[in-house]
Amino acid sequence: MSEVGLTHYLVLSAIVFTIGLYGALGKRNAVVILMSIELMFNAVNVAFVAVSRYLPPAAGAPLNLGGQVFALFVITVAAAEASVALAIILAIYRLRKTVSIDDINLMKW
Amino acid sequence: MAPTSVEPLVFYAAATAVVLGALAVVFLPRIIHAALSLVLFFVGIGVVFILLHAEFVAVAQIIIYAGAITVLVLFAVMLTQRSQSPESNPFNLQRGAAALVAGATFVALLPALLSLRGAPVPGPSQDLTPELGKAMLGQWVLPFEIASVLLLAAMIGAIVIAKER
Repeated sequence: MSEVGLTHYLVLSAIVFTIGLYGALGKRNAVVILMSIELMFNAVNVAFVAVSRYLPPAAGAPLNLGGQVFALFVITVAAAEASVALAIILAIYRLRKTVSIDDINLMKW
Repeated sequence: MAPTSVEPLVFYAAATAVVLGALAVVFLPRIIHAALSLVLFFVGIGVVFILLHAEFVAVAQIIIYAGAITVLVLFAVMLTQRSQSPESNPFNLQRGAAALVAGATFVALLPALLSLRGAPVPGPSQDLTPELGKAMLGQWVLPFEIASVLLLAAMIGAIVIAKER
C-alpha cells in the first residue's frame, strides 16, 4: 500500500469491466443491461485517463491529453447511447408491456 | 494535487466504492436500489479521475453520469416497472454462460494490462483544463464537431422513438 501506479488503475478498470460484462450478459431487465453497459464505459474511461496520466508525454507537453479527450468523447457517445436506448426501451414497453429480454425475442433466429 | 502519503488511501477508498457500487448494480434484487447505487459508482469513478489529474473529466463525469444519466435511468425504471416487487432485477437463463464469458475476458485482459508499465511521470504543475480546451478545439476539432451532430441526432431520435403514436 505504498505507491499507486498505472497497474492499480488498470486492474480496477478490468474488475469493473468484468462486472459490467457479467451484468450485460446475465441480467434479464433491459434497463439493468443498459446500466451494466454504462459500467463498462466507465471502466474503459478509467483505463484511458490512467494511461494518459502515466505514459510519458511528448517533449514540451505537460501530459498526454489524448486519453482525457478520448474519455470525454466516450462520455458524450455514452450519453447519446443512453438516451436513445432508454427511448427504445420505453417504446418496447409500450408495445409489449415488458422489458424482460427473455420475452423480447421477435428477431431471434 | 494530493500529497503522496494520502494518495493510496484515497485510491483504495474510491476503488472500494467503485467495486461495491458496480456489484450492487448487478446483484441487488430491487432494480430501484441498483439504479441508485449507480450514483455511488459514478462518484467513485469521479474521485479516481481527480486522483489522475483529470479534473475536467471528473466534473463532466459527476454532472453527466451521476446527474443526468442516473435521472434518465430512474425515469426509465419508474416508467417500465409495474410493481415494487423484491425480484425486479432478476438474472436471465444464460447466467452461468455470462459468468464464464466475463471470467474468461478478465483472465484474457489481465496479462495485457499488467504488461503495460507506466513511467513515474511527475504531476503537472499547472491546471490542465485550458490545455484540454485547446486540444479539443485544435487537434481534435473534427471529432468534437461530429460529436455535437451525434448529440443532436440522438436527441431528435430519442424524441421520435419515445413519442406516443
